[in-house]
Amino acid sequence: MESSQEYLASERAQTWREDLRKSVKAADRTKKERVKMPEQDPDVRNKNSLEVNLGISEAQAIAEAQRCLDCVTPTCITGCPVNINIPKFIKKIESGDFAGAAKVLKETNALPAVCGRVCPQEVQCESQCFYVQKMNKPAVAIGNLERFAADFERESGQISVPEVAPRKGIKVGVVGSGPSGLAAAGDLIKMGYDVTVFEALHEIGGVLKYGIPEFRLPNVMVDVEIENLRQMGVVFEPNFIVGKTASLDTLRAEGYKAFFIGSGAGLPNFMHIPGENAIGIFSSNEYLTRVNLMGASRPGYDTPVLKGRNVAVIGGGNTAMDSVRTAKRLGAERAMIVYRRSLDEMPARKEEIHHAMEEGVEFLCLHNPLEYLSDDKGRVCRMKVQQMDLGEPDASGRRRPVPREGSEFLLDVDTVIVSIGVSPNPLISQAVPGLEVTRWGTLVVNPDTMQTSIPDLFAGGDIVRGGATVILAMGDGRKAAAGMDAWLKEQNI
Amino acid sequence: MNKIISKDFLSELVFRMVIEAPRIAQSRQPGNFIILRVDEHGERIPLTIADANPEAGTITLIVQIVGCSTRKLSRLEAGDFLSDLVGPLGKATHIEKSGTILCAGGGVGIAPLYPIVEGHKKAGNRVVVVLAARTKDLLILEQEMRQQADEVIVMTDDGSYGSRGLVTQGMEQVIQREKVHEAVVIGPAVMMKFASMLTRKYNIPTVASLNTIMVDGTGMCGACRCTVEGKTKFVCVDGPEFDAHSVDFDEMLRRLGAYKEEEVKAYEAYLEQLQR
Ligand SMILES: Cc1cc2nc3c(=O)[nH]c(=O)nc-3n(C[C@H](O)[C@H](O)[C@H](O)COP(=O)(O)OP(=O)(O)OC[C@H]3O[C@@H](n4cnc5c(N)ncnc54)[C@H](O)[C@@H]3O)c2cc1C
Ligand code: FES
Repeated sequence: MESSQEYLASERAQTWREDLRKSVKAADRTKKERVKMPEQDPDVRNKNSLEVNLGISEAQAIAEAQRCLDCVTPTCITGCPVNINIPKFIKKIESGDFAGAAKVLKETNALPAVCGRVCPQEVQCESQCFYVQKMNKPAVAIGNLERFAADFERESGQISVPEVAPRKGIKVGVVGSGPSGLAAAGDLIKMGYDVTVFEALHEIGGVLKYGIPEFRLPNVMVDVEIENLRQMGVVFEPNFIVGKTASLDTLRAEGYKAFFIGSGAGLPNFMHIPGENAIGIFSSNEYLTRVNLMGASRPGYDTPVLKGRNVAVIGGGNTAMDSVRTAKRLGAERAMIVYRRSLDEMPARKEEIHHAMEEGVEFLCLHNPLEYLSDDKGRVCRMKVQQMDLGEPDASGRRRPVPREGSEFLLDVDTVIVSIGVSPNPLISQAVPGLEVTRWGTLVVNPDTMQTSIPDLFAGGDIVRGGATVILAMGDGRKAAAGMDAWLKEQNI
Repeated sequence: MNKIISKDFLSELVFRMVIEAPRIAQSRQPGNFIILRVDEHGERIPLTIADANPEAGTITLIVQIVGCSTRKLSRLEAGDFLSDLVGPLGKATHIEKSGTILCAGGGVGIAPLYPIVEGHKKAGNRVVVVLAARTKDLLILEQEMRQQADEVIVMTDDGSYGSRGLVTQGMEQVIQREKVHEAVVIGPAVMMKFASMLTRKYNIPTVASLNTIMVDGTGMCGACRCTVEGKTKFVCVDGPEFDAHSVDFDEMLRRLGAYKEEEVKAYEAYLEQLQR
């Protein structure tokens, strides 16, 4: 496979790679400074919905690519959940073949423009980079380079539509159109299956569309990839809830031979504290869906959203950062993160936390809400918060927050966004009797094939992992496509 | 895209729309609803499936014009297309043979009541229906109900038709007259609140169908949440029907008003646009 040692070594031994390595001395490569991603000014961008990161130029990309030493053992690849051939794509950039770089990315990653923007590279590939591991220097900006190559391809208008095998005349279904479903659909169509993607919402893209905001991931990035899949022959059925609009049995009777389930972790958690159902208290899913999917706050769209002056977002993950930064952009005077542990434990990407701070978001770390109070119209007007201290590490290895006695106080808020995580979407497990689930409601799968307890059902992404990342969801989708293909062949279908 | 087959007005503000939706017509059950978007910029609005015809592949909606989106919908004609339609959503009504069922519908709540009345009749129950409206012109589906139910009592606030009085008066009349095994109440939140207070007094198990604000309708957002027996429930997936005696109607009433200001503004802007 792409990741095997010999394959990588033979690729590395190609003449063009050798020539490139020799063209700049290693000592000169390591002297270069890491490229800085150009950004919109914080005080400007916190009032618009345009992308924060502006993208690097061709010259910057080549300079950054020159930093990469094209190591004998490219440890960066071990940090990538889908084993992208990282040195190869970077060296393509260094040689000026940007379209070629994009092609390398697409060998293993169906959505490079998306991953280049939202992957937590600092804890994946970049954390394993030689510069970090051995030289105590900033890693090669792999994520920025990935984004550069993907954007170059899109903007050049010459997107390579991958080749598809001759049609087999076998129908398979994909449930959910998030990154896992899109990745599975892409591989299955390439293998020659007839693929239909069923999506409950009216838009294709899952969290990429309804969750992650425009300022971090413009919808057109996702639409380009969807259009690409369409051109390869994937059929999309929006407004179709598998298990409701039609049951799996009905679809089986219509000729579907197997399904990939990528229905995500859509169920928002609440804290179940007094007053939480007051007006003005949302789940982050509702808040982000109103703004991102339904266009609330854009002129001409019918869906409303409450614009708060004092907005508190409860939680410290990516979703919390996206919500609080959205609130700021909708005009909040105070946009606050209320998080029960300290900055160090925050699960959100460092870049998002940093961006949020720059944009004027306040951080109330080591604070936990206890109760919400509302005015005579039922709108939340204050919240009671308690200060916390960090105690011993808990099962997750993070230090456990302990309430500080007598530290409660009231905070003025008119909008609260609860962003403390999601649970697996129960639509499928309720609709499919006999499907094995864990006690958290995630689906049980064979980790090698992604097959569930029901042979013709394969699954991946958040419905299996209970909340993960875009890249892991995509990796699952691809693994499941391979598993499904092998199973269908075994069955002589 | 779903095609509109027909549209007719049942009263000045209430219209009936038959829409092509073959899969939903097949799989829907009494109590289910759909969510639709009129156009690309539209809201997602939940509407109960009042009736369906699996052979023809159509579903029937009965809609009261209350704001911008329902007004937009009312202006579409047979042959036009809806941008989006998804369903069937929500849990189906629990229907079994249990004796006499008192079904009370207020205003446009009469529409979602219709398939439930039909279902209970099919299950072999005796069904007494109380229909309530502000005035005669706003009363809908009376004839259809009469064809299904064993008895239909009509109440109007102003006495312009049937008996003068509130839905609860009509219900109490039945309860005092005969043994009622179960009640179903659907209508504006205030009406459901008082109707369920009445049945609680008589210890009659009662179901209410809640029409909270929704966005996705698949359990993903929690916009529709309400408190039942002290616990938070999502109406779109846990309901829409709940034990009426356990629902916190006051909270529901408040939450329904969450976007009052925005709604009024949007509606006024829309009406202005129509006049231009
Ligand atoms: C606000 C936010 C920010 C995030 N930021 C990042 C980030 O920066 N980096 C990162 O790597 N990850 C991030 N994540 C996590 C990442 O988005 C998810 O891990 C990923 O999207 C999961 O993909 P998925 O394919 O499993 O499911 P989803 O993207 O959740 O898609 C599931 C889809 O299935 C549909 N569906 C469900 N049930 C049915 C059914 N029965 N029939 C038909 N359709 C159905 C749903 O409507 C949905 O569209 C973020 C998540 C959120 C919410
Ligand atoms: S409408 Fe979103 S969860 Fe019910």
